[in-house]
Amino acid sequence: MTASRQSHQQAPPPLLVVLSTVAALVLAAPAAYLLIRNFTADADPFGLLMTDGVQGPLRRTIVLATLVSVSAGVVGTGLAWLTTRTDLPFRRLFSVLLVLPLVYPTFIGAAALVRTLNPGGLLNDALGFIGVDRSFTLSGLFGSWLVLTLLTYPYVFLPVAARFSRLPGSIEQSARLLGNSSWRVFARIIVPQAFGAIAAGMLLVFLYAISDFGAVAILRYDTLTRAIENNQLANRPVALALSLVLLILAGLVVLAERWAQRRRPTQTTQRIHGTAAALTLGRGKAPALFVVGAVTLMALIAPLLALIEWSVRGLLTRNRTGRRMVVDGGDIFEVTWHTLAVSAVAAITAVLIVLPIAVLAGRYRSSVGTLGHAVAISTFALPGILIALAGTFFIRQTDWTFSTFNSSFTILIFAYTVRFAALAMGTTLVSVSAVPDRLRDVSESLGASPLRRFTRIDIPLMTPGLLAAGGLVLLSTMKELPISLLLAPIEFETLATRIFSTFNEAFVTEAGLMALTLVALSFVATWTLIVRPLSKQR
Amino acid sequence: MKISPRRTTIASIASIALLATACGGSSTVANTLEDPALSIYSGECAEASDTEITIYSGRSEELVKPVLDAFECESGIQVRTNFGKPADLALQLVEEGDRSPADVFLSKSPGVVGFLRNEGLLTSLGSDVTTLVDDANVGGDSNWVGITGRQRVLVYNVDLVDEADLPDSVLDLADPKYAGQVAIPATNGSFQDWFTVFRAQEGDDVAEQWLADMVANDAIVTESNRPTVDAVGRGEYEFGLVNHYYNFQEAEALGDAHRAENHSFASDDIGSLVIVTAGAVTSTSDNPAAGEQLLAFMLSNGAQTFFTNDSLEYPLADGVDPAEALPPLGDDGSDFDVTFDELGDGLAGTVKIIESSGILASS
Repeated sequence: MTASRQSHQQAPPPLLVVLSTVAALVLAAPAAYLLIRNFTADADPFGLLMTDGVQGPLRRTIVLATLVSVSAGVVGTGLAWLTTRTDLPFRRLFSVLLVLPLVYPTFIGAAALVRTLNPGGLLNDALGFIGVDRSFTLSGLFGSWLVLTLLTYPYVFLPVAARFSRLPGSIEQSARLLGNSSWRVFARIIVPQAFGAIAAGMLLVFLYAISDFGAVAILRYDTLTRAIENNQLANRPVALALSLVLLILAGLVVLAERWAQRRRPTQTTQRIHGTAAALTLGRGKAPALFVVGAVTLMALIAPLLALIEWSVRGLLTRNRTGRRMVVDGGDIFEVTWHTLAVSAVAAITAVLIVLPIAVLAGRYRSSVGTLGHAVAISTFALPGILIALAGTFFIRQTDWTFSTFNSSFTILIFAYTVRFAALAMGTTLVSVSAVPDRLRDVSESLGASPLRRFTRIDIPLMTPGLLAAGGLVLLSTMKELPISLLLAPIEFETLATRIFSTFNEAFVTEAGLMALTLVALSFVATWTLIVRPLSKQR
Repeated sequence: MKISPRRTTIASIASIALLATACGGSSTVANTLEDPALSIYSGECAEASDTEITIYSGRSEELVKPVLDAFECESGIQVRTNFGKPADLALQLVEEGDRSPADVFLSKSPGVVGFLRNEGLLTSLGSDVTTLVDDANVGGDSNWVGITGRQRVLVYNVDLVDEADLPDSVLDLADPKYAGQVAIPATNGSFQDWFTVFRAQEGDDVAEQWLADMVANDAIVTESNRPTVDAVGRGEYEFGLVNHYYNFQEAEALGDAHRAENHSFASDDIGSLVIVTAGAVTSTSDNPAAGEQLLAFMLSNGAQTFFTNDSLEYPLADGVDPAEALPPLGDDGSDFDVTFDELGDGLAGTVKIIESSGILASS
């Protein structure tokens, strides 16, 4: 490692620096918007920090996000290990199912979990039937923690599963030959190998948790985002100042994570060929299956039950006197197609825009790389509405830009890309760092050009990671709401906007069917883009 | 329109399976309308004109689209609509400034149009529009009109609450016998608008004291009307302070599984206030006449009848009766001397009072 590291103390290629700078500037648009608006609105973020009204929500935000990222880290890592490195039954099916909770928009995921688990809900009734206390209510810190953990652990699960499935089986075999228990192998050998992926995933969960409006509002936990929403019209400078506080908090956490990553040696153990050995669970099979099943039940099936309850009740009763049903197959088809098309374009754009920054940050000591990475990731903490408004703010600066881009697909894709670049960044950076230095060194000494090295060595080795990065962006874009509502071309609807408008007016049948379509579509996308490319390598 | 469950299921499965083909929307105006827009305008459609207006609608597509379709058919004016959350659309309008394509703004509640008016983004409406409703339902310097009304009610769970315990006044909810039982969507626009009027009507002292008493009485803060009604229907809470029409929708969607009813406070109680949905024309509109024409259409007999029958809201135009399912309002529709004026200014004070009351940390 020391020998190969030296080659990377070289100056990075100028083209890479230029591309990264451009990408970083694009991704910095929302932060720039926030700074400008704080200035023009005479907001006072630092004065505000001293008031009780802000310290309470800020403290609650940090507590919630910390708890959620820790639990999502544990759950995501454990599940990734079970589905990639053991002989767990149905593990390939589970490795798809366990990703899917990601696709519930939090407003409907939280509402559906509440509908199922709280008093009067289906699962609550079932628990009451077997004698469990039914007065349990999902709310406050506990409710927000549970719901956000269930909806966000895939941010850890996905990159960690990708990392695990590329580790050679030989490391476990040699460790066990040396007399280590399975637990020691997991804790001392496997987890450290995936440290980068776990930390990157937990960081995303942390930022998601501080940016979330939907779940904390429904579960009644008073965080910064709720204060921002409450003040957005009533007291604009306060809302702007609080948003800046959110962004600064995010930036600090991102820098801390980078610092922690840098202090650890880069993990370059990479299986080039051969198979990953599956650990035989033996007597542990039943408990393992129980854990995986329980997470699937809570995170995927419980919300699904509410969606099915809503859909079926409406279809069966049909008692809507004087009210029309707006369900129509062609309509669902068109909306589904719209959703898939814009999400796919956003996914590709996001991977392309973070790739130069990831290579720069992962291989070279470069302040552009470090800054670009921090900007891309911390933007994930900003609520979508701010990113939409930033887009509008910048295009309205000239007549030409406004008439060209307002309500266009360009601005929509731009906003999605900026919103979700962090998702692509984490996974892309992990796969960039996971390409063994010695392979590039060997090819360099054999006289291969940089471009040839990139296309013949880096790209093939990074492909599963890049697909997973794109897949994460795709799944998240499919459920994105505020940007889709504000920036999409007029009368261009996505599944999320339809779920929102129908659910809002208690057309729960329609909302339920749209949400079920979204889950089905995600199942296909997860399988094709993420799980199959990984298992093909196996 | 009848629809069979089987057909819907097959259609939705087919739609998932056949992702490969693109769909182009057609924007040509049909010669006559289909239901439900047909119930609003049954004549032949006018020839499409070159005039086009853009609407920012904070009201759901499901509730207003048929009216917009009927208007397009009757007038020949092309309508393009951006649906979204009222507050988000208002902020978008602010950022777009003088380049905004919006001609008309529709809002769920008066607070948002009050905000836009203070930002100088609304134009004054002519008397052709403002005379269609009572003066009480015209806001600002004729900057916006009320389109439909939603009454504030107390929704209650029929299994948990004895009818004899239902209070006459919203002020009674501070009584210890309701401790820990009342859900309040305190961050929701319609509650905040109600609270602003409450302050204007009864004075800040009374309103603040009531909220403090509710906090002391362990009132529960909820996100918005719909989840509140849903939770009361499941029996999670006994009572919720909400707009009237959500309970009708919820009961229709869930049938007998929904265990809640509306209770109206006394008609002269501030708790029975009717909150209006609002329409306005933007100051950047290059065709304000067409925008006003649309607002007048939304206040026409056909549209108002549709609103009250379809979404069970109260019609505000003179001469249209509320749907039969709705309990009648007070003698003349409203017993309050409230003009909803100054709601934009009032909102800031309301949010401050709500935040410092401690109710938001009450979960």
